[in-house]
Amino acid sequence: MRDVAIIGVKNTKFGELWERSLRDIVVEAGIGAIEDAGVGGKDIDALYVGNMSGGRFVDQEHIGALIADYSGLSRNLHVPATRVEAACASGGLALRQAIMTVASGYGDIVVAAGAEKMTDVGSEEASSALAAAADREWEGMAGATFPGLYAMIAKLHMHRYGTTSEQLAEVAVKNHRNGCLNPIAQYRNEITVDQVLNSILVADPLHVFDCSPITDGASALVLAPAEVAHEYTDTPIYIKATAQASDTIALHDRRDITTLDASVMAAKRAYDMAKMGPEDIDLVEVHDCFTIAEICAVEDLGFTEKGKGGIFTEEGETAIGGRIPVNTSGGLKACGHPVGATGIKQAVEIVTQLRGEAGKRQVEGAEYGMTHNVGGSGATAVVHIFSRER
Amino acid sequence: MSVPRFWRNLDSRYNLEGTHCTECGEYFYPPRKTCVNCRRLGQIEAYRFKGTGEIVTYTVIRTAAEGFEEQAPYSLAIIKLDEGPSLTAQVVGSPENVHIGMRVSSVFRKLGTDGDRGMIYYGTKFIPADA
Repeated sequence: MRDVAIIGVKNTKFGELWERSLRDIVVEAGIGAIEDAGVGGKDIDALYVGNMSGGRFVDQEHIGALIADYSGLSRNLHVPATRVEAACASGGLALRQAIMTVASGYGDIVVAAGAEKMTDVGSEEASSALAAAADREWEGMAGATFPGLYAMIAKLHMHRYGTTSEQLAEVAVKNHRNGCLNPIAQYRNEITVDQVLNSILVADPLHVFDCSPITDGASALVLAPAEVAHEYTDTPIYIKATAQASDTIALHDRRDITTLDASVMAAKRAYDMAKMGPEDIDLVEVHDCFTIAEICAVEDLGFTEKGKGGIFTEEGETAIGGRIPVNTSGGLKACGHPVGATGIKQAVEIVTQLRGEAGKRQVEGAEYGMTHNVGGSGATAVVHIFSRER
Repeated sequence: MSVPRFWRNLDSRYNLEGTHCTECGEYFYPPRKTCVNCRRLGQIEAYRFKGTGEIVTYTVIRTAAEGFEEQAPYSLAIIKLDEGPSLTAQVVGSPENVHIGMRVSSVFRKLGTDGDRGMIYYGTKFIPADA
């Protein structure tokens, strides 16, 4: 297998992009990444696009072909395009497919994109589409919602480890603080713990400010074999590990409700592949679809012990300047969560940081970064490790 | 949910019918036709659960799922049945009375409706065991 590098990146603005369509945003991201890489359409060997639910959000399937077409890669170039779906982990999986294509030698220059256009439907319809990432027959039919599933994780975490609502709120406060420093973030305003605790309860103990928003957005990356990456850019960022793991689709079937075993296993596989451990990672983008999810993630990825995620957050260890800066982009909470795009956006953030181009949110001297992308309540997890040096 | 999709699992939804692998002894609810331990070597038979168990964790849903709007706020819990498997179900009654570790037993109840003129779904909910 060949080593793989990222040579170009681009995020669109994240937010409620009423005037723009799915194809508009994904083409902006794709062409932006291609320009950043200094390649042309005729150089591209394959395209992967992460998209959770085009069918539900914009009544459009066959997203791979659509994107290739409107990126100008179809009628003359006939570039193969594949849509990848694993609920909210679709983007992370698209990146993984692209890495495997380059590593195997099936392609040289490969684009990994992710996109979701969620505001063409009302919030009820969007929530219903998202709920399809859980077990429709045995969770949904009982009246479960996505916030409800994560609320049950939070309830047990609080009961067992003494995690508090204030500690959950600190995740949102920190991610909004980071989001203020990210020009593409959906929310660029600071919030307080009191504001989180006084926002309406969606599913006890989660308030609306514990939840990531509904977002439109697209992100893209261009990959190349590591041995030629310097021909395209002075700052290639190398893939040190790509790992994925599965768990039961329903939360109730898990070994432990407060642990995402898929995250633990994907992280273990990634650390083994990169021959490193959590102590080597300088920053991480984790899947904070809800505040409790970030607390579980810092535990499951090995940055702190199981049960200590709340205190770890409260003590500022996950802030920029802390022991392990988490979600410098603002995370899903403040940067926004266009589900299919999120896994790619996380990688764009890490690349931007490792290049030293993150401006006011720059983690000084960052050498190694990680991304952690989860589908559903933890049935799919994807972990990537990136490095500044090959 | 479409009528055939719901109808296929009526026995499980109405009577807590799941499965049991006689090879390794594990019980499954919702029913599985392939044992997660023995896979194709498993011996699966139908099993009707007693319907008693304990609350592992719960929440009170205030922003309801589609079709459940009239019921909000409602308690949703993960319940570990005495035979071993866990399932997701509502706990009937006042949300304030629900707590982790609470003993519960199953009851037959209306789950939800498909709009004003659609199908009414029935299935299993839980009540405090001493009620």
